[in-house]
Amino acid sequence: MIITIASGKGGTGKTMVATSLAFSLAAINSEQPPLFLDCDVEAPNAHLFLHPRLGEQQEVGLLIPSVDETKCTHCGKCAEVCQYHAIAVLGQKTLVFPQLCHGCGSCTALCPEKAITEVPDRMGVVERGPAAAGISFARGVLDVGEPMAVPVIRQLKKWAISQPEQVVIRDAPPGTSCPVVETLRGSDYLLLVTEPTPFGLHDLRLASQVAGELGIPAGVIINRENGPYLALDEFCANQHLPVLLRIPFERAIAEGVAQGKTLVDIHPESGGRFRQMFKQIASLL
Amino acid sequence: MKIILTATSPSIDSKVDSRFGRGAYLIVVDPDKLEWQAHPNPGVGASGGAGTLAVQFAANQHVDSVISGDFGPNAYNALQTAGIAMYLFGASTTVKEAIEHFKAGQLHRVGAPTVQGHHSRG
Repeated sequence: MIITIASGKGGTGKTMVATSLAFSLAAINSEQPPLFLDCDVEAPNAHLFLHPRLGEQQEVGLLIPSVDETKCTHCGKCAEVCQYHAIAVLGQKTLVFPQLCHGCGSCTALCPEKAITEVPDRMGVVERGPAAAGISFARGVLDVGEPMAVPVIRQLKKWAISQPEQVVIRDAPPGTSCPVVETLRGSDYLLLVTEPTPFGLHDLRLASQVAGELGIPAGVIINRENGPYLALDEFCANQHLPVLLRIPFERAIAEGVAQGKTLVDIHPESGGRFRQMFKQIASLL
Repeated sequence: MKIILTATSPSIDSKVDSRFGRGAYLIVVDPDKLEWQAHPNPGVGASGGAGTLAVQFAANQHVDSVISGDFGPNAYNALQTAGIAMYLFGASTTVKEAIEHFKAGQLHRVGAPTVQGHHSRG
């Protein structure tokens, strides 16, 4: 089973929830603790809670065009077929814009002079290794200045393979754009972590729409709950999103998380609540 | 001589559009004869690479200069490679006025990208 933790709004507690869930499940299944994927490749931070030893690493990149100017006749076919406008034929020079290129290969395939070859363009790495409590850990890290996270996430999902029956926990990036969609794809269940604020609700609405588009069942975790916020409960009820867990707004939690502790360390009894939530999810599927 | 200006509507009397890749129209003008043609900017609806698309259009039109409000890094590099000079509108409010200022040598010629890049590889 693949459970993805996402939020829409950033800073609602995705990683705290994801790592707490991982520890809670590892505590009752030492034979096969979960596989944890930190898919927030632009700012991965789950390692701060899970302390992996990242022994293995692989580069991620795209194949981008390289033009042999001695063969190029500047006919312009490559620029014409490029959907991303990553190649331009300007007089007697053909210019490639690596950061616009999606690596689709159309220019190479359609060049009548066979003047284009594909060369790897690195954009990040994927890393993996064992973490605390026997959890299998893997993450992607996008290189600084690289604009496209999706290929790194896609490679991470392909590379970090789970064992049969092993629970997979994916910690998603914030937002609702392509990197989140790529993280969600293939998930069995989506946990949406939100906070009881208008901003939290606004982004929860967007995130639940993405889940709807992808046909992934979802439930909600309300973090930093500080008295009733009816608009949020109404939204969840109307959208048939079960509220699976409520985490109080509490100084002890904030202090613990700032020290790299999960909820299970801060409030040991929460482990049972996470396991109960997991059972509830399993029964929903 | 041929130049391109970015405009909000398809006319030489239009207001200038400060964006290059996303400017609504590209007005191709012969500044001496004031003969002009308006083209919808091919970059307007592009999900990415609007700047390079607009440069490709300018290069295909064989223009000598472009006048706009800003040039991002991709557009700048592409225009530079194509040998097309870049100028900023400055105080000009209409396309016609910008052409007059251009002819009088009053527009600032750009020697480096004037804005940060926008989204790419989204």
